[in-house]
Amino acid sequence: MPPESAPSQDSDLRRQRRLLAERALHWRRTRRLTAILMGLWLLTGFCTVYFARELAQITIFGWPLSFYMAAQGASLVCLAIIGFYAWRMRQLDAAYTRAMEESA
Amino acid sequence: MTANKRYFRRLSGYYAWFCVCFAGFLLALTVLEKEGMPRLWIGHLFMFATIVLYATIGVVSRTSNVTEYYVAGRRVPALFNGMATAADWISAASFISLAGGLYLYGFDALAYIMGWTGGYCLVALLIAPYLRKFGQYTIPDYLAARYGGGAGGRGGPVRALAVGATIIVSFIYVVAQIYAVGLIASRFTGVDFSVGIFLGLASILVCSFLGGMRGITWTQVAQYIIILVAFLIPTMWLSAKHADNPLPQVAYGSVLPKLAQREEQLAADPREEAVRAQFRRQADDYAARLAALPGSWEQGRLEAQRRLDTARLRNASLGDVRNAERALAAYPKTVDDADALWRAQRARLLARAQPPQPHAAPFPGATEAESNARRNNFLALVFCLMFGTAALPHILMRSYTTPSVHAARGSVFWTLFFILLIYLSIPALAVLAKYDIYTSLVGSDFRSLPTWISYWANVDKVNPLISITDINGDGLVQLAEIAIDGDVLVLATPEIGGLPYVISGLVAAGGLAAALSTADGLLLAISNALSHDVYYKIVDPGASTQKRVTISKLLLLAVAFIAAYAASQKPADILSLVGAAFSLAASTLFAPLVLGVFWKRANHAGAIAGMIVGFLTCLYYMLRTNPILGGRMDAAWFDIAPMSAGIFGVPAGIAAVVIVSLLTAPPGRASNGLVDYIRAPE
Repeated sequence: MPPESAPSQDSDLRRQRRLLAERALHWRRTRRLTAILMGLWLLTGFCTVYFARELAQITIFGWPLSFYMAAQGASLVCLAIIGFYAWRMRQLDAAYTRAMEESA
Repeated sequence: MTANKRYFRRLSGYYAWFCVCFAGFLLALTVLEKEGMPRLWIGHLFMFATIVLYATIGVVSRTSNVTEYYVAGRRVPALFNGMATAADWISAASFISLAGGLYLYGFDALAYIMGWTGGYCLVALLIAPYLRKFGQYTIPDYLAARYGGGAGGRGGPVRALAVGATIIVSFIYVVAQIYAVGLIASRFTGVDFSVGIFLGLASILVCSFLGGMRGITWTQVAQYIIILVAFLIPTMWLSAKHADNPLPQVAYGSVLPKLAQREEQLAADPREEAVRAQFRRQADDYAARLAALPGSWEQGRLEAQRRLDTARLRNASLGDVRNAERALAAYPKTVDDADALWRAQRARLLARAQPPQPHAAPFPGATEAESNARRNNFLALVFCLMFGTAALPHILMRSYTTPSVHAARGSVFWTLFFILLIYLSIPALAVLAKYDIYTSLVGSDFRSLPTWISYWANVDKVNPLISITDINGDGLVQLAEIAIDGDVLVLATPEIGGLPYVISGLVAAGGLAAALSTADGLLLAISNALSHDVYYKIVDPGASTQKRVTISKLLLLAVAFIAAYAASQKPADILSLVGAAFSLAASTLFAPLVLGVFWKRANHAGAIAGMIVGFLTCLYYMLRTNPILGGRMDAAWFDIAPMSAGIFGVPAGIAAVVIVSLLTAPPGRASNGLVDYIRAPE
């Protein structure tokens, strides 16, 4: 093996390792974000229905709270979750690309 | 990037022109109606103008390129993809029946609103971006590549199962859409039901046959615009009328307390009570006859025969003889028939004898247990609809058509946004229309009934959409005297609100657009599964691209005709089967799709077991409890309705994937590499 190629192979290996580490970090962040947002989704959907009878006592702008949540609130929360996810994932992807460019 | 932007701007220009022309068309028709154009012509014009429009878009975007045909060239901008998916999603059921369901069942029907919107969280967070990253053509493509196995590790068995599930689910759904097309066409243009079906079919075919995914995407954007306008104009009109605020989503909060007050008033009204007592008496009558079976059946038959004889003997008018003949012909043929028929009659009468339920009250019930059962059913239905949404192939297929993973995420956002523009006003429409009917129709004189009632009562003579009879004979309309079919609500809203007939035609065109757009997407999902997954991947992997597209078009034609034939047989219970399609899709496809991304250990055997166990569990529960399929509700688990069978099917499917995967060897390196690839950002 010629001595000149050794450092380049070494840096290749390092880049490879770096790529894997960045990917793993990105995936951990994605997974955490997904878990948090799914939790929020479950909470709005499930609680709205499960405690509907109790929430019906509260009135906002004419709507009983449980009716409002089931008719509009839960869906709007959903839209917000999806919007936030798309925005946040764009940031995470950009961070990943930046990290990869720095190491290159 | 700039090319994408230019493309986006060009598309926006086209659709802006389309909106202008559409507005001009509406204005011209309004003027023509003022000049005295007959109603039937307006109905015809709307029907044919829209069908010609869809066909034109189909012809303009005809293609025989594989990527264009299957995934619209993967360059549909997120906004337009969202609009097209929304049209794909808004089926005849949500456009026509959902508001009526809310009118009739109040809070309980909100399960559909929650379920059909909440599912998009699952699509956006768990499935769509990963499918886009994978970047092939169909859902079975992804499952086969991820799980492998079978001959040569190409994933044949997984693919075959996924294709089977896609076809079963989509076929049930598409038959219901074509059925709705026939109904709308026959109601608005007076053509025969089957002629209506084949007219609709023609427009579906020109569009998807020539243009594939590309054709239907651009048609669906146009259809979405029609659906939106058709739904919002009458709703905003009613809202301005009753709440002095043209934004129905905001305004109906102020109508809700007034409605609750009116409901209380009607529940306590002695005249209403008199009508309800009459229904109770009739129901008791049936109960007595049921108790005296089989003697009462024999006696009733002799009675009907005797009436006919006396009518003939005393030379009664032809009408009387006819009525007596009809009564005898309709009399149940056997004791079992009589038992079933009278039970149904009695249940119907008892339902009409109930005082009105408060619209906004969640889960009213006589006892705590009854109320809890309703809550559990609500939860189960929401669960099934959400997970079904995240497993319907024609929706998931849409993630492949965007230019990037970012755009796929954005596309789901826009999809839900455009769906919500309509879904948030559906509960508003139900409340506003209910208030209108409760205040202006109830208590009015029978001699001065509005004209829309007689019109809609005569449209479908076998199952009248609305019927009002003076049961207690006081000459005034009581709430309990109105029998209304949910479907009529949206169709008649323009007339309830006093709008010109043009708007009624527009609503019909909207309903037609909703049914056609969904049918387009579903037919394409089925024919792609057959041509791409079965023919190209299994039968003849060496087929040229030209041949693949041709085969796909031929299969589309065949499937469309089989579906139209099935719909023209008027399968009576098809609408209840649509709910079943969601449960089946969720039970079969959700577990392998999501675990495939989030759990590397899931393997080939696990995926097969998951799909089979999920499907069979769901099917078993439906057969066990659905009276139409020969089951009995007494056999239900936790009082869950058969439609929500997915609440057992999904966990069973997930459990099967996990257990079988852990018991068998872990998946190979190829599958690990694929999962790493789809998880990684672009």
